[in-house]
Amino acid sequence: MINEVLHTLPQVLIDGLTLGAVYAIVALGYTMVYGILELINFAHGEIFMTGAFVGTAILLTFAGFGWLASMPALVALVLVLVVTSVVTGLLGMGIERVAYRPLRNAPKLITLITAIGVSFLLQDIVRFIAELKNGNYILTGPSLFSGQIGIKASSISSIFNDASVKSSFFIVLIVAVIMMVTLDFFVNKTKWGMAMRAVAQDRETAALMSVNVNKVIALTFFIGSALGGATGVLFAIQYGTIDPYIGFILGLKAFTAAVLGGIGNIRGAMFGGILIGIMEMFAAANLPVISHGVLGAEYKDVFAFAILIIVLIFKPEGLFGKVSIEKV
Amino acid sequence: MKNVLHTIQQNKRLQAIVVGLYIVVTFFSLYLAQKSVVAFLLLLSSLLLLYFTTFSNRVKWLIGGVVMVVLLPLAASQGEAYQSYMEVATLVGIYIAMALGLNIVVGMAGLLDLGFVAFFALGAYTYGIFATGQANNFMPFGHYPLSGESFWVFIFIGCFVAALFGILLGVPVLRVKGDYLAIVTLGFGEIIRIIFNNLDKPVNITNGAMGLASVQPPRLFGIDFMYPNQFYYIVLVILITVIFAVRRLEFSKIGRAWKAVRENEIAAQAMGIHLVKTKLMAFAVGASFSGMMGVVFAAKQTFVDPTSFTLLESITILVMVILGGMGSVPGVILGAALVTILNLQVLTELTNWLNQLSLNGVINVPDALSPAKMQRFIFGVILILFALYRPQGLLPAKNPVFDEKDLKDADKLINAGVQKEATQHVHLDS
Repeated sequence: MINEVLHTLPQVLIDGLTLGAVYAIVALGYTMVYGILELINFAHGEIFMTGAFVGTAILLTFAGFGWLASMPALVALVLVLVVTSVVTGLLGMGIERVAYRPLRNAPKLITLITAIGVSFLLQDIVRFIAELKNGNYILTGPSLFSGQIGIKASSISSIFNDASVKSSFFIVLIVAVIMMVTLDFFVNKTKWGMAMRAVAQDRETAALMSVNVNKVIALTFFIGSALGGATGVLFAIQYGTIDPYIGFILGLKAFTAAVLGGIGNIRGAMFGGILIGIMEMFAAANLPVISHGVLGAEYKDVFAFAILIIVLIFKPEGLFGKVSIEKV
Repeated sequence: MKNVLHTIQQNKRLQAIVVGLYIVVTFFSLYLAQKSVVAFLLLLSSLLLLYFTTFSNRVKWLIGGVVMVVLLPLAASQGEAYQSYMEVATLVGIYIAMALGLNIVVGMAGLLDLGFVAFFALGAYTYGIFATGQANNFMPFGHYPLSGESFWVFIFIGCFVAALFGILLGVPVLRVKGDYLAIVTLGFGEIIRIIFNNLDKPVNITNGAMGLASVQPPRLFGIDFMYPNQFYYIVLVILITVIFAVRRLEFSKIGRAWKAVRENEIAAQAMGIHLVKTKLMAFAVGASFSGMMGVVFAAKQTFVDPTSFTLLESITILVMVILGGMGSVPGVILGAALVTILNLQVLTELTNWLNQLSLNGVINVPDALSPAKMQRFIFGVILILFALYRPQGLLPAKNPVFDEKDLKDADKLINAGVQKEATQHVHLDS
């Protein structure tokens, strides 16, 4: 049994790393917004989904004009990433302005309910537009990087099977790493990043220190949503097919990642995302083997939620979070 | 207009005439125009009109009971659409009971539960498994399917199973704070659905995605309950019990404890309220209503499969609560009725109408815009608008108002009594 698990390990690691990178960046959006507003932005998963659709739409338009063939794939990718992240960033800012800002002092329950409403609204608007333009809301984009690369893991040790990698895997990973490093630099080393941390720590005091709180919150939403949208593009490139309902469950898992890493902690969210991705892929590949066919691969979602519940019960502050004490 | 309303509010006889006239007119319009959905809805809304009158509660219940038990079925029974009207009325009843259950959890105790449909699923599967041959696969004893007479017992079993799972979910989950709770319950709802979807191996318990077909209909005194007009009465009886229970709970000690926890957990704790116990109670009671209706749902549909229990259903029930007014029993009843009718009647009728128009070439509505597909859009808009502009809902919750003077008078009387007693004691002592 252990041999079987080891056989598939290289492939599991590679798939898990790809998925984990996606979770990690989406988790960043959750963790940033939660850190600053103490609000679970349910709509973030939908922003990710919108990003995937916007990116695919741009690629399809390019392909329609025949530009895609004439320009290098990397240039097209960068172009799409930039445009999509600006669009989704503005979308995120708009959502904050319309739906969350008026409720900043309302009970938490009400804000959460608005967030769910926004999430449903976005799902249906995207479904509607996609169906209107395309006739079907399930969309398949043009493949930019479709080369397959074999990794000879068996040459390292005979217990491993060979793994195969789509070349988009490297693109996803590299872009994800660039985004995470840039964000980390931005938050920890720049003036705006300092303002963001100050607002997260104490909104009133930050305002007294002449930090423009509204602007900082809007900026947080812009950055989080832009990253989420860009990740959507990466997701669409890596997995090909998208539909308007991918965002919700993926968002939930990304939120799990954020909680696992300690909510509000940016580096924790990155780590949590990768961990959840690898664990989920591991479960999908090996649950039937380990349980002798009792539990199928369909239980991988149950697995992710089970992690969430276990973390919340036994270590609600997450792996890297600070314990918060509620004061009266 | 305001003056007219005011005079009507003052004059009970006038109210009686208005309500009576309204009921009679709508009754006959439905009686004569069987195909008119509008007449059906207008007759239903006589209950809302009744709610706004100033009659005593007993009179309101009496008139409402007559409308629900006699007039509505009688007026609808004259044509072919009878069963479909009763079907709608039955489903409205089922959803009202569920919304009342969620109202206890979200509205009164302030715990956002996004996986509420899981309890409904538990109830439905509890009856579904034992009322089909499915239970033969894993039960070592007994002969299945159980006869329809067991349905009446299963209402209570479903209630109990759902409450049990409510507590099982609650025990670990209630240690986490408010907004995490929403996520965890959402996860729980999905887990239950995935498990039901995949529990056909190694032992076939739920028959997986295929679902359970031909569930035994309920049976009483040798009569099988097969048609919506029969289920209508079952649902009506359960619903009235549920409403009665909710009203009593709301003003009981536990109901006040729920509201205290909702307003401020720490202050409630300081007042000696056991937090975990109170929250668990809310979870269990809310879940039990849902489980009960799950059993009825399984028997009514005679078919159970996991697709009836998606996240969309949970959010639909949440929309009912938010629309009507969190914590307000009449509000939630109104909200549930509105959303269910919107879902079942208005959207489908609109879609048919638009299709008709497109066929005739009047206007061309793309298929993507068909109202039946716009559920998520409509629910999203309702949630956002109500949260932003009317968080208290259509019929806001009313707290009982006490007249200060009356209380003081009562206080004086009691005090006088105590003093009198005290003097008597003194006499006895000496």
